Amino acid sequence: MTRETTPAASAASAGPQEISGVFRGSADGAASLQEKVKRTEQGISARSIPTFIAGEELAYLADDDARVVVLTADLASAGRTIDFAKRHPDRFFNIGVAEQNMVSAAAGMASTGLRPFVSTFAAYVALLCCEQVRTDLAFTEMPVVLLAHHSGMALGYYGTSHHALEDLSVMRGIAGLTVVSAADANELRAILRASLTRDGPVYVRMGRGRDPEVYTEVPQGFAFGEAIRLAEGSDIALIATGSEVRPCLQAAEELAKESISARVVDMHTIAPIDAAEIRTAVDDIGTILTVEEHNITGGLGAAVAEVVAELGKPVHFRRAGVPDEHVVLGPPGALYAHYELDAVGVAGRAKDLLQQTRENNR
Amino acid sequence: MAVTHNIGPIPARGTQERKGLLPLLEEKAKFIRRETVRLSRIAGAGHYTGTFSCAELFSALYYSQLRFRPDEPGWEERDRFVLSKGHAAIGLYPVLADLGFYPAGLLDNYTRLHSLFGDHPDMRKVPGVDFSSGSLGHGLSVSLGMALAARVTGSEYLTYCLLGDGELAEGQVWSAAMAAGHFKTANLTAIIDRNQLSIDGNTETVMGVEPLDDKFAAFRWEVRRIDGHDYDQILDTFTYARDRSDVRPFCVIADTVKGRGVQRMELDKDWHVGNLMGADYDDVMAEIDVGLRPVRSRT
Repeated sequence: MTRETTPAASAASAGPQEISGVFRGSADGAASLQEKVKRTEQGISARSIPTFIAGEELAYLADDDARVVVLTADLASAGRTIDFAKRHPDRFFNIGVAEQNMVSAAAGMASTGLRPFVSTFAAYVALLCCEQVRTDLAFTEMPVVLLAHHSGMALGYYGTSHHALEDLSVMRGIAGLTVVSAADANELRAILRASLTRDGPVYVRMGRGRDPEVYTEVPQGFAFGEAIRLAEGSDIALIATGSEVRPCLQAAEELAKESISARVVDMHTIAPIDAAEIRTAVDDIGTILTVEEHNITGGLGAAVAEVVAELGKPVHFRRAGVPDEHVVLGPPGALYAHYELDAVGVAGRAKDLLQQTRENNR
Repeated sequence: MAVTHNIGPIPARGTQERKGLLPLLEEKAKFIRRETVRLSRIAGAGHYTGTFSCAELFSALYYSQLRFRPDEPGWEERDRFVLSKGHAAIGLYPVLADLGFYPAGLLDNYTRLHSLFGDHPDMRKVPGVDFSSGSLGHGLSVSLGMALAARVTGSEYLTYCLLGDGELAEGQVWSAAMAAGHFKTANLTAIIDRNQLSIDGNTETVMGVEPLDDKFAAFRWEVRRIDGHDYDQILDTFTYARDRSDVRPFCVIADTVKGRGVQRMELDKDWHVGNLMGADYDDVMAEIDVGLRPVRSRT
């Protein structure tokens, strides 16, 4: 569905070269925050960075909701839940480096009526704790929100052990689990607010920690499973999620200079997927490029492909993502460029697909 | 008006009240074993031995210790019980029915299509089950969460978790144990059904768990080791669990015998899952009715 939300006009180009949000040598992260703000690229305020607002937003929510508790696994600074801990120390639990214990303990808390938010690296909550998520949260319908930060290859040269390029695939295979990506801080705020009235567990995929602004304000009327159409277009539909929404908007601007009209859809919710929005893209445009910071196996592209294939209509379709490999080593920005997931890369992929479309239609 | 069970103190050892309680609990343990045998036949297979080993613990928990309201299963101040060794649910279901959480007749559909009752308990289907279980190693973490939640909400309920000894090989158990010690969850009691066997054989052969007392003590728990088939020891320990002032979580290591109460199954790993039929079924039912006899040594 279309929403009256203006993409930030002046966001700087993507391409951060540093890993963000993982601090060392600071007791409470405050010094690092200031340092971080200084290092933040021109035009992107720290407040637009999801990992920076999570704890603050949860603290606000907890002011009005006594059920909110927050757990982390020795990443209070990296996930910024430290900002929650300062305001609500009695409702904050640092479980130590024991993610599986954390997820199951959150399940026990939720069973008593609390609303736990669990924060740690996406790689660990989705992969290490997959079975706890399935058995203790989804099967039991526990309203636990998993804040999976530093998803994708946000941790760059930390390497595959710290990457989560399989999380959407794994998580969306679990019945009863809502799987959603935040494109930026404002969308994360909307997700966190909506999660308080959501039945069952929610997996919230948070990006690189310095995602340029997509939404200038918290998107009104946000609803799980209802994609947000950010730009209208008639030649190609770019369906993106999380950290790839911004590059798609930028790519659409670049494509417009070549008289290519691109629709941009923020498919924030991967499960349940917004089949109606996909069907509309097929009917209106017929050329679809999905874009995600994820292995092309099993993620957004696969979820969209499942819907597209069952429509039985002729469509030109490609998935942009990380190929089915463990990524090469490098800082995040270099990796996005290498895998053509920055604005330039997405625009190039879109033109390739349109070229194929024209050849097929000839 | 909802009736709260086990609200009063457990009668002290040696008193007439205690002496009157023991035969009732013994009958309940027989009931648990008989129902386990009966329901297993409905399913065609059942976890006999790991249920028999905790029959006394089940009966003591539900008929003298845990506070709950069968006509108000969601009562917020109820004590919580997490059956981390979920495969013993076949012994728990009859108890919950007996207490009035649901009609006993529902059990006749045990494990059949659309039954509420599977081999492992589902909190969304079975009233009185505080948390679903079956995947070993999760229960102590879940219980830890319940104990910490009581701290947040200011509730006074106690949380009990019954673990098997085989599942202690799961690392998550020790993450939970470490965290419980760290957070000083005095309102958490772990009961370990130390029945000596896991599926493939003796724990000390498959994966040694001893010295268990020292392990939990090192994780900052108060530890007591008792005979898990001796009601006086169980009840004394449960009384202490409710009254104690120690800030540490409480670990009860209940030394038990896997398969206790049916001699052909005692300490025999091959009865972890089985199916009694025909005369064997009748013989075992009769043996259970006699009550516990000395354990035969198995060398």
